[in-house]
Amino acid sequence: MNLFDFFRKKTTAPVARDRLQVLLAHERSVIGKSDLLAILQEEILAVIAKHISVDRDAVQIKLDRGASFSTLEIDVEVPLNAAKLSRPAGGTGVAASA
Amino acid sequence: MGKVLVVTSGKGGVGKTTSTAALGAALARGGENVVVVDFDVGLRNLDLVMGAERRVVFDLINVVQGDAKLAQALIRDKRLDTLSLLPASQTRDKDALTIEGVDKVVAELKEKFDWVICDSPAGIERGALLAMRNADVAVVVTNPEVSSVRDSDRIIGMLDSKTLRAERGERMEKHLLVTRYDAGRAARNEMLKVEDVLEILSIPLLGIIPESEEVLKASNIGSPVTLNNPNSAPSRAYFEAARRLKGELVDVVIPMQKGGLIGRLFGRRVA
Repeated sequence: MNLFDFFRKKTTAPVARDRLQVLLAHERSVIGKSDLLAILQEEILAVIAKHISVDRDAVQIKLDRGASFSTLEIDVEVPLNAAKLSRPAGGTGVAASA
Repeated sequence: MGKVLVVTSGKGGVGKTTSTAALGAALARGGENVVVVDFDVGLRNLDLVMGAERRVVFDLINVVQGDAKLAQALIRDKRLDTLSLLPASQTRDKDALTIEGVDKVVAELKEKFDWVICDSPAGIERGALLAMRNADVAVVVTNPEVSSVRDSDRIIGMLDSKTLRAERGERMEKHLLVTRYDAGRAARNEMLKVEDVLEILSIPLLGIIPESEEVLKASNIGSPVTLNNPNSAPSRAYFEAARRLKGELVDVVIPMQKGGLIGRLFGRRVA
């Protein structure tokens, strides 16, 4: 710790306040609208299932919330012989911003 | 007709039962007729904090199910004859509480008492919803700490949507009670300040209860802190909160632990 750090003591309460403000702004908007992620997962899975047979557990959906925008990440693991239509097989990763 | 007040928080361990006992005793000492009701079925503790654990014969569920009359289940406080307790059941399942039964018991209590103070269980499940259902006023107990503030926000949302008042389109009166506050740590930016919590939750402030050894000492011997040591810092804060509940305008002060210094929170008044 140098002298500068000593005088500018790191405080934690402002961090707590900022984290709460971001989190609660989001939670207040989501509560009451049912579970957005669960709905997205179901609908995305239905779309994918039309074209390829995938294991339900092989679909991962993650939402990363930020102050100004959030990132929705969808990860679908496609087995080699899964193609219902003739498509190149292999792992596919799709990322979208919301 | 009495007022029904729910003491709630979402998170456990923030001081709901302590505050129920302390506010109940403070109101009763001011001459109000008060009953404190434990809604924490299966995990009752209000009897213990009030020092009445050996006097429990019948409980809320016995009354709800018609196995006992309300008068048989009510326990009159030995120190204050204006204060009574309706204990929760320790052995029964909380599903034994029915909406109709709770509504009926609370209506009966409102006839007999000026204040019916419902001590809510933690969580947002059935027990917490039944405790808040009939409330006219809510006291949201919050520690200056992230998880408690988040859970309080959730509970405030439920008070505005899942209570009889909300269903009838009436306003639910909500007050914030900040407990376990350490003004020194808040000043050093190690703890959320009351202003921060107020800004985030945006409901009026009922009081600030300082972190204090007196609270544990009082519960150790089974006495509300406001009876055990009425002049201690937390007791004074609870007495002032009780006066605000009665509609008096009392400036909120930040209780300082050491030296008994009292800082004024820039003239903030509460509804």
